[in-house]
Amino acid sequence: MAPGRSRLQATRLLKPVVFCLLAVPLALLGLDLWREFQVPGSGFGPDPGEEIVHHLGSWALRILLVTLAVSPASRVFRTPQLVRYRRMAGLWAFTYVVLHFSAYVWLLGGFALETLAGDIVKRPYITVGFLALLMLIPLAITSTRRWQRRLGRRWKTLHRLVYPAAIAAWTHLLWLSKGGFMDPFVYGLVLVLLFGERIVVRIRKQRRAAVNAA
Amino acid sequence: MLIKRPPDIRPSEITPEHVYRSRRRFMRESLAVAAGAGTATLLGPSAAALPAEWLSAREVMPGEPIGEQMTSERDATGYNNFYEFGTDKEDPAKYAHEMTVDPWSVNVTGEVAKPGKIGLEDMLAGIDLEERIYRLRCVEAWSMVIPWIGFPVKKMIDKFEPTSDAKYVEFKTLHRPSEMRGQRSFFSNIDWPYVEGLRLDEANHPLAIFAVGMYGKLLPNQNGAPIRLVVPWKYGFKSIKSIVEIRLTKRQPKNTWNVLQPQEYGFYANVNPNVDHPRWSQASERRFPTTIFNPNRIATRMFNGYDEVAPLYKGLDLTRYY
Repeated sequence: MAPGRSRLQATRLLKPVVFCLLAVPLALLGLDLWREFQVPGSGFGPDPGEEIVHHLGSWALRILLVTLAVSPASRVFRTPQLVRYRRMAGLWAFTYVVLHFSAYVWLLGGFALETLAGDIVKRPYITVGFLALLMLIPLAITSTRRWQRRLGRRWKTLHRLVYPAAIAAWTHLLWLSKGGFMDPFVYGLVLVLLFGERIVVRIRKQRRAAVNAA
Repeated sequence: MLIKRPPDIRPSEITPEHVYRSRRRFMRESLAVAAGAGTATLLGPSAAALPAEWLSAREVMPGEPIGEQMTSERDATGYNNFYEFGTDKEDPAKYAHEMTVDPWSVNVTGEVAKPGKIGLEDMLAGIDLEERIYRLRCVEAWSMVIPWIGFPVKKMIDKFEPTSDAKYVEFKTLHRPSEMRGQRSFFSNIDWPYVEGLRLDEANHPLAIFAVGMYGKLLPNQNGAPIRLVVPWKYGFKSIKSIVEIRLTKRQPKNTWNVLQPQEYGFYANVNPNVDHPRWSQASERRFPTTIFNPNRIATRMFNGYDEVAPLYKGLDLTRYY
């Protein structure tokens, strides 16, 4: 049996597992919500809205970083099959971003759309967060095979939008931080490593091309 | 009897448990005094912080209900900003027990005729305690209603006889990294110790109190044990916790958040719905507890609804001096 075939089977088995793993933060939130419905006050602290928005936002950023880590990890560990999980991770990240934003609009903003629109324009940390969301929308839409084929080479170019989106998401976190900078530091470090790897790969490629041309 | 109540009590002002408890305590104590067993014996000279029985042995004049729902004790003691113990709201409740509050003394310095370092219990000797039910409005746009136990700041400051040069009061929180993990944090950009300040006339306003208790008990560490400031018409960060130093000064003190982010936090920090924080609106606040279905957003009031302080700021441009 060809090794490629067994790998494919492994992927088929592992995919649901990874899917479930990425859903765990959402399931935990669901559990808290359920407890809150059973006995009000038992699932969250005094400010459930803030807690839910924060939880979803943190996981949106984490899973976005996981998505960005797929390609570098597949290169570093020489496991190209990892790329098969990238779309799923990306779509989960997008899901958390959308839920984060919806929770903000509903739970914190109370659907006061005018105030919310004002906040998006006036408050830089909300503006950058919103920009990150906007940038991720076309990526989610064009994540299918069909769109990939339709866009051809341009698909890759379009999907580079994930880099500014990640930077915007990190800036969103940095600008809303107050006093403690542990989270922005840690996430920033991960971002620097993930971008750094890509830059190194790129430089190597260019050098090789230059050598070949000579 | 000292308890003054309006003749008809609205349903919203039905006496909460801890108030009638403290009222009973008050009556019990009054009876004890009448029987000739004075409470003064319980206030022996000591430099130690307050023992648990200290408060139960004191008379506390019950506070006036304000017709707004009180925040639960669980929320008020479980959701705190006290960066000395970490930046998460749950951190203070988790880690503040690591702080030793016994013994505790306060150093009074600066423009006073009688400076000195004084044990807390001596400092509080002869000062009558009263309950104050206050709104607490955090600069982060959430708010609570808390029954404090304390006494006017003026009563304490007068004891040390401020000189005519005294124009401001500066307060400092305990700086003890070994017991306050937030002060050890590599990721904090705060220059410890935490410093706050008031103009002397603000400190002398009858609404400004030092609190030693809440909900009929001594202050828990996460709420600023054993002694903290409560200035209800200003954002919460002005109400400095776990005070170890009081300095009367000629010049305006440099308060921590103002030093850190001057465009976001001023010296005055009066609650003001018309002056937004650069990152969010101050026009409304979320009154705790909120629920999943109701952010419980209410309009923020000028000076947090304590209009009687307005004369302090006559002629002051509150947009500039935020």
